[in-house]
Amino acid sequence: MRQHRLGLCPDHFMEWFVLHTERVIEEYRMFAPGDRVLLAVSGGKDSLALWDVLLRLGHDVEGLHIDLGIQEHDYSEQSREMVERFAAEKGAVPFRVFDVEATYGRSVPDIALERRGRKVCSLCGLMKRHIMNRVAYEGGFAAVATGHNLDDEAAVLFQNTLHWQTGYLARQAPVLPSNHPHLARKVKPFFRFYERDTAAYAVLREIPYIYDECPYSQGATTIFYKELLNQLEARSRGAKQQFYLSFLQAREQEGLFRADKEESELGECERCGQPTSAPGLCAFCRLWKAE
Amino acid sequence: MKIAYRDKEWELKGGLTARAAISKIGLDPEGVLVIRNGRLVTDDTLLEDEDQVRLIAVISGGQEACVPHGK
Repeated sequence: MRQHRLGLCPDHFMEWFVLHTERVIEEYRMFAPGDRVLLAVSGGKDSLALWDVLLRLGHDVEGLHIDLGIQEHDYSEQSREMVERFAAEKGAVPFRVFDVEATYGRSVPDIALERRGRKVCSLCGLMKRHIMNRVAYEGGFAAVATGHNLDDEAAVLFQNTLHWQTGYLARQAPVLPSNHPHLARKVKPFFRFYERDTAAYAVLREIPYIYDECPYSQGATTIFYKELLNQLEARSRGAKQQFYLSFLQAREQEGLFRADKEESELGECERCGQPTSAPGLCAFCRLWKAE
Repeated sequence: MKIAYRDKEWELKGGLTARAAISKIGLDPEGVLVIRNGRLVTDDTLLEDEDQVRLIAVISGGQEACVPHGK
């Protein structure tokens, strides 16, 4: 890990990785040792690696896999299999699968087709957030954790900066607190790790994961930004880390974007109770309205 | 040595570091992990003529841009 000027053998790397995850959880007060944590698991390397680490640390963690019903390249089926396989190999660790098609009668691509002009990606994001909030609330979980790593956060920061999305720049963070009972606390325990290092952990722990990207993925743009940031990193070791962590620090200490962090009055959706800025129904419930 | 990445394969002479080999074939060292003869190695590892190397891409995509989580 050049960004840390540190090279470790496999065993010590795995130890280091687990230890540092715990440190991050504590330092950023993501959740307390006894808290019940809901972990969003996609079947990809980061979420499975995080599941592995949280279990090793003895946290009370339950996996949540959201099956979106994407049939292209058997994507949803393969993703789900990776999750089920991981859970089985660990010896029946708790997890649940939320099947969109089974619950709502249609898959996410189906809904996108019906709602002409609505891209699968934006629908997917909307649905996953709603479902995570719902499951966390109904299950009494203290927080929802995701496997986002530093490369992910830096790429999003880069994108937000290129477009000067000041609203997002004000809010983007490794910990998103809950300021409403139906809004789950969101945490990213891997946010300080480079993607290459979370991948190394998954490989060393011999965790099988889904390699292919979602067939609908807008991944081309994010991947492009990640590649650009990697070019920067090649010239200037630690640049990605510096970019993201210094941003967080500057925002905190110098009050950047404070004016853009409108703590707007959030109402409650009439149907599901989740917070919404518009009156009446939230964006998710509105999906089902026009029928 | 043989270096494989996705469905491509290259043949290189040994005696260079993994990082140098990766750059030589036009890939980004930060974007791959190096599996030499079945084991993960650091990118400063010196590769030999007889080595079988497989590179694994680590970059994942498809993250939607940050959306305020209350909306």
